[in-house]
Amino acid sequence: MFPRPISEYSRGYRALYQVVLPVSLIVWLLPLIGIAITSIRPAQDLATGNYFGLPSAIALGNYVEVFTTSAMGDYLWNSLRITLPSVAGAVAISCLTGYALSSYRFRGNLLLFFIFVAGNFVPFQILMVPVRDLTLQLGLYDTVTGLVLFHVAFQSGFCTLFMRNFIRALPHELVESARVEGVSEWRIFWYIILPLMRPAIAALSVLVFTFVWNDYFWALVLTQGAGSQPITAGLNALNGQWVSAWQLVSAGAIVAALPPVAMFFLMQKHFIAGLTMGATKG
Amino acid sequence: MNRASTFSKPGVSSIWRRNQRRLAPLLFLAPGVVMFAVYVVLPIFQSVWISFFHWDGMGPKDWAGLTNYTDLYDDPAFWTSLKNNLIWMALYLLAIPLGLAAAIFLNQNVTGIRIYKSLFFFPFVISQVVVGLIFSWFYAPGIGLLPEITEWLGLGQIAVLADERYVTYAVIVAGLWPQIAYCMIIYLTGLNNIAADQIEAARLDGARGLRMLRYVILPQLRPATFIALVVTVIGALRSFDLISIMTSGGPYGSSRVLSYYMYEQALSEYGYQMGYGAAIAVVLLVIMMLFISGFVWRMFGDEKEG
Amino acid sequence: MGLALSGGVLASGMGSAASLVINSDHTDPAARESLAAVIEGFENTYPDIKVTWNRFATEGYKSSIRNFLAANPPDIVRWYAGNRMLPFVEAGLFADISDLWQQEEMSDAFPSMASSLTYQDKQWAVPYSYYPWGIYYRADIFEEQGITPPEDWQALLAASRQLKDNGITPFAIGSKALWPAAGWFDYINLRLNGYDFHMQLTRGEADYTDPRVKNVFDHWAELVKPGFYNQNHAALEWQDAVPLFAQGEAAMYLMGSFTVEVMKSAGLEEAQIGLMRFPTIDRDVADAVEAPTEMFATPANAPNPDSARKFLAYVARPDVQAEMNRIAGTLPANRHASVDDSPLTRQATALLSGVESVSQFYDRDVPPRMAKVGMQGFQEFMVRPDQQADILQRLDQMTRRLYR
Repeated sequence: MFPRPISEYSRGYRALYQVVLPVSLIVWLLPLIGIAITSIRPAQDLATGNYFGLPSAIALGNYVEVFTTSAMGDYLWNSLRITLPSVAGAVAISCLTGYALSSYRFRGNLLLFFIFVAGNFVPFQILMVPVRDLTLQLGLYDTVTGLVLFHVAFQSGFCTLFMRNFIRALPHELVESARVEGVSEWRIFWYIILPLMRPAIAALSVLVFTFVWNDYFWALVLTQGAGSQPITAGLNALNGQWVSAWQLVSAGAIVAALPPVAMFFLMQKHFIAGLTMGATKG
Repeated sequence: MNRASTFSKPGVSSIWRRNQRRLAPLLFLAPGVVMFAVYVVLPIFQSVWISFFHWDGMGPKDWAGLTNYTDLYDDPAFWTSLKNNLIWMALYLLAIPLGLAAAIFLNQNVTGIRIYKSLFFFPFVISQVVVGLIFSWFYAPGIGLLPEITEWLGLGQIAVLADERYVTYAVIVAGLWPQIAYCMIIYLTGLNNIAADQIEAARLDGARGLRMLRYVILPQLRPATFIALVVTVIGALRSFDLISIMTSGGPYGSSRVLSYYMYEQALSEYGYQMGYGAAIAVVLLVIMMLFISGFVWRMFGDEKEG
Repeated sequence: MGLALSGGVLASGMGSAASLVINSDHTDPAARESLAAVIEGFENTYPDIKVTWNRFATEGYKSSIRNFLAANPPDIVRWYAGNRMLPFVEAGLFADISDLWQQEEMSDAFPSMASSLTYQDKQWAVPYSYYPWGIYYRADIFEEQGITPPEDWQALLAASRQLKDNGITPFAIGSKALWPAAGWFDYINLRLNGYDFHMQLTRGEADYTDPRVKNVFDHWAELVKPGFYNQNHAALEWQDAVPLFAQGEAAMYLMGSFTVEVMKSAGLEEAQIGLMRFPTIDRDVADAVEAPTEMFATPANAPNPDSARKFLAYVARPDVQAEMNRIAGTLPANRHASVDDSPLTRQATALLSGVESVSQFYDRDVPPRMAKVGMQGFQEFMVRPDQQADILQRLDQMTRRLYR
């Protein structure tokens, strides 16, 4: 283990570590803690200049106000309507492409794979104008569907990379013997491969959920009102509306951050497994 | 699951059976390839095409030849954006050593360390919009924490987001916050997977501290470093959300980067220079391609070895 | 008024329920309330029309409008008069409503505004309010300091110096959204070089490197260099600067009349707020005032054109305009509409009396692309006045590119 376990150090070092650990965490999360406190600060605290002291009362009313005086509820609902189908679509598609690229030899296999990988890295701006036009022409501008279609397509690049590498690491003897027995390709995929992919599907779903939920740029380009905008773009709009009402901005920010945070804590193992894929193999 | 029975008619079935090893991958690939081609691959070429036109996105397109590019060359805002992109990239790379340091700091077995790791990782999970708002508050004169601190230090209230000297750095700091967390988690996983016997052997040889890190640990962390480098460079070039939320490119355009300038020219309040915007995007793509091809090349090498 | 109403009644079809979709950016509480009142009144007059109102945040609205006009147009949009509406008119996105103007005799109701809503001899919108820009000042602080509202430039400089020496920032401003800085440029140019030159410049017929423009910046520098504006204004929205004014840290605020409601909700009494004309700089220059016109238009592809025309006719009515502008604290566009009798409204009306020329505002008088570059230049100048020559050259370069 590197560095040497702290238990092998002297007592003084151990005590020091136990002190430095929480202190560094507080410093690290200071901006977040600040905004969390601001979100429960009564408006009159801000009006009277009590920005940093203890809040004079705990104003959970800020959260109520956020939901009652703005379209926050709509934005949250839109985020959900955008994120869940996007995750399902991208993961489903990439199970297929990942399997095809990992288990069949055909001409152009590697080229296709690298197109998926490289496409995943291009700047969004190079896609912006044509994708916006396409969405307009399909009549899907300012709809949840338009945004979902794009997310499914774009995320399938990363997902394909992920799935293909995952499947390649699986043992293929079963597949070979099934083929010898004359089992159809689809059945091999469905009954042999797919069950083995469960951990990858879980990891990828959590990861793509976070990516899509946190998307702001495409929401800005393809949607515009509370009827279809997700919470990220909605938060930006509300920020323009709540000029210097920091208690509301803060409460809104916390609300927007909660779902991916909850997802992270519930599915932590999968999340990190997904994120660090490749960090360990050469 | 019912797909197989679809092909149960004798004629079709026999063609299918004879060729299924060749046809199956095509069918598996079809949905993904079509979607990716329509939404990612084709638009790249369309954007390049549009960059040769003057177009407001509403009326007809007028052929512009290379005018959009020559205009870019004469446009001081373009050079400011490009310069800021370079600053972003250089400073973003700090996330790698800082993430490594955090990982080494947290790679211990004390009670509650799992919770600590999760909480340190926290900033990466929340959206950049929220990160941007958090730091906007942190920097806001008269309200936020930082001006309060600078005042306490006797420097007066510094509004970093309104000062062209500091604004880009202030936004980058906000961006580094989640990025360090990201690199940290990559390295934590990497550290977890280092062969223990090699460390022990090196310890017996008397290696410790920085020497151990330099000659034993870092070489073993190379895959992790590669991933961290890829995500950090891409992250730096993709920076858009924070600038849009925190400064809108201001004051007077001094915190713009190419990705934001492109959006501003093409879609923002006074924008709708689709051709000009596309030309900016093409420049950004070319820069990104330098890195993408490097990364893909290295992965390609790995594929051939593996 | 009877005439105005009859148009709506004639056009109103019998039978099935119709709908009307309005997109607007009425988000300030007073503005929101004012349009809500109009909609309520409209629904009472036409019970068979169901109104849907989509509210946008102001800064976001300015970029969204192009999208929804092209993609899924509503029936009514709020927008700005002048050059700012031309791109939509030229792209065929606004409907020609000249016949409605004739039918409702709008030329009689909006004589001074017709020109900013007319393009190629056709009318494209109905104005509903306008708000003159002027310098709001803290009447109580002025009295305390023994300052009378300055009428010319020298007096303005002297008053500013005195306030500054007493620890009060002369002018509040928040220039983050860029346009608040443009008010200063417009007024100094109007007072120094006159309306005609201002229009030449905004139409691209004069250069920014013209000595007359340089003169504008030299005058402006007399306010910028001594620190007569609050610090850190580039970090502040215009609303963020209101508390400075309300708490007496700053004594003057150049703004449109919509600011009064915000000042009052920041804790000021109406008696504490004064409004003065932007001081004279050159006595030989004819008086002009900056008073942007707000208007409603109907998109060419509106799904419910009949409802849209009913709404436009309704919102042109003097009684409707009187009520909505009373709530919003702005002035009705219809000259037959009554104006409430508060001192500030009277002062605002006074700014306009006897004035020949009305400019819209920098970002409405210049082409959109110029607006961004120009206003960025103004903001930069207010932070770094030493960059003047550079900035003017950049603006000049942009004009040449735009009009080549």
